[in-house]
Amino acid sequence: MYSEATTESPETTESVTAMTTGQTDTSTQAQTAGTAEKNVKVKAENVRLWYGQTQALHDLNLDIHENEVTALIGPSGCGKSSFLRCLNRMNDLIPSVRIEGQITLDGEDIYHPDVDVVQLRSNVGMVFQKPNPFPKSIYENIAYAPRLHGIVNSRRDLDELVEHSLKRAGLWREVSDRLQTPGTALSGGQQQRLCIARAIAVNPEVILMDEPASSLDPLATATIEELIDELKDRYTIAIVTHNLQQAARVAGYTAFFHMGEIVEFNDTDTLFTNPREQKTEDYITGRYG
Amino acid sequence: MSTRRLTGSANDPHIRRRYRAEKRFKAYCIGAVGIAFAIIVAFFTDIISQGYTAFWQHQVQVTLEYNDRSARLGQFALDSDMRDIASRGATRSIPLEMEDNPDLMGTTDQRWVPVKAEIDQYLKHGHDLPAELRQQVDALADSGRIQSAFNTRFFTTGDSKLPELAGIFSAAVGTLYVLGITLVFAFPIGVMSAVYLEEFAPDNKLTQTIEVNINNLAAVPSIIFGLLGLALFINFFGVPRSSALAGGLTLGLMTLPIIIISTRAALRAVPDPIRQGAFAMGCSRWQVVRDHVLPSSLPGILTGTIIGLAQAMGETAPLIIVGMIAYIPEAPSGIFESATVLPAQVFTWASEPQQAYVEKTAAGIMVLLAVLLTLNATAVFLRRKFERRW
Ligand SMILES: Nc1ncnc2c1ncn2[C@@H]1O[C@H](COP(=O)(O)OP(=O)(O)O)[C@@H](O)[C@H]1O
Ligand SMILES: [Mg+2]
Repeated sequence: MYSEATTESPETTESVTAMTTGQTDTSTQAQTAGTAEKNVKVKAENVRLWYGQTQALHDLNLDIHENEVTALIGPSGCGKSSFLRCLNRMNDLIPSVRIEGQITLDGEDIYHPDVDVVQLRSNVGMVFQKPNPFPKSIYENIAYAPRLHGIVNSRRDLDELVEHSLKRAGLWREVSDRLQTPGTALSGGQQQRLCIARAIAVNPEVILMDEPASSLDPLATATIEELIDELKDRYTIAIVTHNLQQAARVAGYTAFFHMGEIVEFNDTDTLFTNPREQKTEDYITGRYG
Repeated sequence: MSTRRLTGSANDPHIRRRYRAEKRFKAYCIGAVGIAFAIIVAFFTDIISQGYTAFWQHQVQVTLEYNDRSARLGQFALDSDMRDIASRGATRSIPLEMEDNPDLMGTTDQRWVPVKAEIDQYLKHGHDLPAELRQQVDALADSGRIQSAFNTRFFTTGDSKLPELAGIFSAAVGTLYVLGITLVFAFPIGVMSAVYLEEFAPDNKLTQTIEVNINNLAAVPSIIFGLLGLALFINFFGVPRSSALAGGLTLGLMTLPIIIISTRAALRAVPDPIRQGAFAMGCSRWQVVRDHVLPSSLPGILTGTIIGLAQAMGETAPLIIVGMIAYIPEAPSGIFESATVLPAQVFTWASEPQQAYVEKTAAGIMVLLAVLLTLNATAVFLRRKFERRW
C-alpha cells in the first residue's frame, strides 16, 4: 500500500503494510509513471440534501481527485459541512436528513443498501473543526479504533501502529514520552494532530477535514497545513476552510460553494487567478462572505 | 468635571437610598442563613445530647452458678439480690449453654452483665427507683461492682423488648439487604432506560410521553409507591410480606425515576463532538455508548444512584405498607425473611413507652444520619474526583 517507505522507520511501514488488507493502489503506480491526470477517488453526482423541508444542497457535482487536496470554500451556511458529511455518511445520524443523488468511492456507490457504514467510515476518515480527542490516553485515542475493527492482533503490532500513526501526524517527537497521559491535556494544535493520527490509524483512503485549523493559533495552523501537504502523498483529502489563503496554500483543487450549490470548481491556481464566474471573483476578492 | 460627577454622587439621596436598600437586603439574607444554620445546630445538639448516652451502658459484676436450678431457669444462676439488678437477658441463655456444654455443671463464672434499663437510667439521668433498690445500687456502685462501659451490644444485637439489650444490628443488616435489592433492581433498569431514551430513541410523541411520565413519577409521594409495591409484589407476585425483597423492590420503584433522570443528565453532559468523533471512526451506536459515553458519564450516574439510594434509605412510608415497620428482633439471613430497616427501627423505638428507648431512638437517628452523610459524602467525592472539564 505504501510504496514510498517512510523516512522515519522502515520496519514500521513494513508491518503496517502487512496488516492492511491488500488493495491495489493504481493511482500510486500512475503517479510514479508520471501521468499528470489523477484518478477520481470520490465522485458526487446530482447530490441534493434536505434538512426536514429545507433544501440545503442543490444538485451538486464534484470530483475529488486521488492524492490531491480539494478545498471547499464559500460563505458560512452555504452547505460545505453538509456536503462533507455526505461523504462519510455522518448525515445518517441526523434524523431529519434526506439525501438524493449518487456518491461513489472508487466507483462504488456509498449509499447502496449493502454498504456497511463502519467499513465506509474506516475508509473515509474525518477530522472535525474543534479537536475532539476521546477523554482517554494518547495511546488509547489511536489504538481504540484499530483494536475495535480488529486491524491488529498483537500488542506489539498495536504499539507499532500507534507510533507509526503519530509519526505520520508529526506528533511522535512531542508525545513519545507520555503516551499514557490524557489526550485532552495536549495543546489545541497537538490535539488536532492527535485527531489526524487517530484517523490515519485505521488506514483510510480519504480524509475529510472540516475547518481543521479554525480553532488554532497561527503557528499550530501552519503545522497542520504542512502536515496536510505531506499527507496528500498517501491520502485523498477534502478540506473545508473559510481561510482563502489556506485553500490557496494547501489545495490542488478548489470548489466554491454558494447557497447550497457549487458555483465553480477548478484547480486552485485557475480558480483564484482566473475565475470563470462573477460570484467567485466577488468572493475571493473579499466583496462578500 | 468628571471627578465632581463621581464624588458628588455619594450625597445624592437616590443613591444613598439605593445603598441602604442593598444593605438591608443583605442583612435579611444573612438572617435567613442564620436561621437555617441555627435550626441545624439545634437539631444536632438535641439528637446528640439525647442519644450519646445510649452508646454507654452500666454493667454489674455477678457470679453465675451453674447448677440444677439454673439449668431450668437462667435467673437462678444469680444471687437472689442480683436478680433485680442484672438484666434478665444476661441469664436467659444459661440453660442452653449448659445443655451444649454439660461440663459447666457445678462450676461458677464471674462476669460483667448489663444492668436493667431502669437502673441504667437511674445511674445515667437520676430517674426514679424504689428506695430499697436505689440503696442497693448505690452500694454496688460505691464498691466498684457497677461500672459504665461502651455499649458494643448496641451494634451487635437486634431489637429487644428489654431496652438494655436492644441494638441496631438487625436493622442495619436489613437496610443492607433492602438497599442491595433496590440497587440490583433499579440500577440496571434505570441506566438502560436512560441510555435508550437519551442515545437511541427517536424523538417522537411516544418517547416524549414516556419522558414526561418518568419526570412525574419522581414527584409521586412515596406512600403511593408503597401501595403499588403491596399490590404488585406482595399480592400479585406473592413476595413474602415484611421481607427485604418486598421492601427493596418497593423502594426500587421509587428510586427508578431518580436514577433515570440523573443518568440522562449525566449522559447529556457528554459533549456531542465525542460521539461524532467515535462515529466517524466507524463505531456503531452501541460502541459509542459503551466505550465513550458511559465511561465519561459514569461518575455522574453513580452520584445520582447514590443520592437515590440515600433517599430510599431514609424512607419509611412505603415500608409501613409492605409490613416492614414491626418488631423484628432477628437480623434477616435471606431476602425472603422478615427484616426491618434503620428508619423503621427508629420509628419502632420512638413509639415505645419506656424511658430507656428515648436514648435508643436518638442513637438510632445518629447511626442513620452517619450512614446517610457517608453516602452523600461519597457522592460528592465521586463528583469532585472524576469531574471532567471538556
Ligand atoms: N443539523 C442540521 N439541521 C438543520 N439544518 C442544518 C443542520 N446543519 C446545517 N443546517 C443548515 O444547512 C445549511 C448549510 O449548513 P452547513 O453545511 O453547516 O454550512 P457551512 O459548513 O458551509 O457553513 C445552513 O443553512 C444550516 O442552517
Ligand atoms: Mg461548517
